[in-house]
Amino acid sequence: MMGKSGRRMGGALLACLLAVPVAQAATHTVALVSLQDDPRYQSRRLERHYPGHPAGRLWHATQLGAADAEVGLRAAGHALKVLEATASNAAELGKVLQQLKAQRVAYWVLDVPEAQFAQAVQAAGHSALLFNASAPADVLRGSQCAALLFHTYPSQSMFSDAMAQYLAARSWRHALVLQGGDPADQRQAEAWQRAAKRYGIKTVDTKVFKLSGDPRERDLANPRLLTNDRNHDVVAVLDADGEFARTLPYATQQPRPVVGANGLVALAWHPQWERNGGPQVNRRFGRLAQRPMVGQDWAAWVAVKSVAALVSEHSQAPLPEQARRLRSGQVFVDGAKGPRLSFRAWDGQLRQPVFLAHVDGVAGTAPLDGVLHPTEVLDTLGVDEKESPCQAKP
Amino acid sequence: MQSKKSPLPNVQAWCVQAWRVLAMAAVLACAGAAQAQTVYVSSEKDNKVLVFDAAGKLLSKIEVCKRPRHMLFSPDRSKIYVCCGDSNQLGVVDRASGKMVDTVPLADSPEIFDLSPDGKVAYVSSEDDGVLAAVDLTTRKPLFQIKTGGEPEGVLVTRDGKFAYVTSEEANVVHLIDLVSKKIVKDIQVGNRPRRFAASPDGREIWVSNELSASVSVIDTATQAVKGRVLFQIQGMRASDITPVGVVMTRDGKTAWVSLGRANHVAEVDVATRQVRRTVLAGKRAWGLALSQDDKWLYVTNGLSDDMTLVDTQAGKAIRTVAAGRVPHTPLVGP
Repeated sequence: MMGKSGRRMGGALLACLLAVPVAQAATHTVALVSLQDDPRYQSRRLERHYPGHPAGRLWHATQLGAADAEVGLRAAGHALKVLEATASNAAELGKVLQQLKAQRVAYWVLDVPEAQFAQAVQAAGHSALLFNASAPADVLRGSQCAALLFHTYPSQSMFSDAMAQYLAARSWRHALVLQGGDPADQRQAEAWQRAAKRYGIKTVDTKVFKLSGDPRERDLANPRLLTNDRNHDVVAVLDADGEFARTLPYATQQPRPVVGANGLVALAWHPQWERNGGPQVNRRFGRLAQRPMVGQDWAAWVAVKSVAALVSEHSQAPLPEQARRLRSGQVFVDGAKGPRLSFRAWDGQLRQPVFLAHVDGVAGTAPLDGVLHPTEVLDTLGVDEKESPCQAKP
Repeated sequence: MQSKKSPLPNVQAWCVQAWRVLAMAAVLACAGAAQAQTVYVSSEKDNKVLVFDAAGKLLSKIEVCKRPRHMLFSPDRSKIYVCCGDSNQLGVVDRASGKMVDTVPLADSPEIFDLSPDGKVAYVSSEDDGVLAAVDLTTRKPLFQIKTGGEPEGVLVTRDGKFAYVTSEEANVVHLIDLVSKKIVKDIQVGNRPRRFAASPDGREIWVSNELSASVSVIDTATQAVKGRVLFQIQGMRASDITPVGVVMTRDGKTAWVSLGRANHVAEVDVATRQVRRTVLAGKRAWGLALSQDDKWLYVTNGLSDDMTLVDTQAGKAIRTVAAGRVPHTPLVGP
């Protein structure tokens, strides 16, 4: 269940080749925590490749993070290894987390459904720093935030702000919103409304779509009937699942771009990102994982790199102090997205650019040119200090 | 985009502007005539090397291998070596005929390289393989590879040809590599995402740009340790927008010029005191730098605005900006 040895050969080989004497390498362990029966990773689901959804388990991404950090850490007298901590289901998670605690694993990369976060936070207590690598829920950064919980994956409001900035920059200011009925769709809608208000995007109408077997409800999933109005610039589809959104591009009644869950999508990473060292990261990942790198992979990769940046300077400090250092915004990570990245003081979110992308490439990056902020332009994405309901401080 | 274009409405201002342009054209013409220099610029997405005169007038274009990036002259200056990142080759351009006459195969995704003092061996950083690869330019055969940290970039071979400094962008270190024993002898921790080098003429200092730390680290070659740092600040700009990449030093070793990337400026630094004297506005994402042979002109390639800015180093002013292909990478100035 835990641990994995066969894939570290590359690292061992590298160490031999270099043969640099290391005084006393302190080895730090990072655990990738996940559930075997996580519905996001059911094989039929993965086959769909819906944009913005994970494309596979995050193991390779954490491995790549460790491999990328290895040489730099060695120069600072440190080493880092990643182990897999997979619980067969939510009921087993507690046992796995206790085991990590017993093994004194101090850094946990969480790739679990949103519902399991509270349990992980509670189990960790003061004995581990947690990094959320795949859950966008704002509530984890808000009312359910935790002192030692960090987020390398962007929040839903960061994605929505990025999209709204892009639409505003293009002057596509009138949106027809198609929204699903799931609670997750509702949360996307809240983030959308907040962002639309911020950037002056007018919602001309909101219609509810429904994929249904009931003949009386067939119209509710008919793209042409749902998009028959004339006075909108874009169709914004808020569909956390992705199945309905896939039916929309090029199928609307009016010739209008689709944005949101399909068409133009706000993403943490894209396999065709061609600046800031993106092609190198994508190629390294592709070689390791045999599939393209997506946002959740990026977040897991950068989480391990964040641990590396932290321990190379502050490994002697107790964990709450390490968390304070991370939240001070003075520990920097290179995420191959342009600027150096750091964590927000108020909710532990990694501030970062967000891509506006279609299936084939990146159309724009947020923050868009011309968007201003009094102290840090990256903080125009997501919940800013004064709006944050997060009270937990390390 | 450059400030030169400020449209001034009244006639008087126009006259002033016109005089200034004329005067500068004259200055440039003189500089060009006196030295008859040529400025070569590799254009990544055109697969060409553009040839300019010293005043920035486009003279010709040389078809080369795919995605040309870093360039160096052969020791006798009759040839230009150009590193091609997409076709994994080192192109050999004959200057007299203005044609690429040969290619040498390289490892995956090469970007920056340096030559052995005799010009017979090229040491090339290969971003994707994470190696420094040595290639014999006479036999066109690979000699050896040395594993580095992730995304190696800058390469600088010492004048005795025995050591090389290589940056690793992922590992935030400069490797000091013994080219004889083919081993890394020291990892020197520098700032975040170290990119490129300049050596002082006396060989005592190596300057390395830290793209994500808005700084340059100064390595003392006697101790092989960082002995100082230059931090760049521009009024009204945030540290995260200042991303230094290119570094060059004047022949007297008194002045360093550093390109500040997304800050769209180049900085003039006093080498002895490590103080920034002034900054000059260039184009978008200023990276590549080259000085004219008399150090009076600085050529700056701007990767995002697809142009090259000519800076008068004495006046500290950008005089002119000329179109330079698609994603211009490296400028190279020769007689």
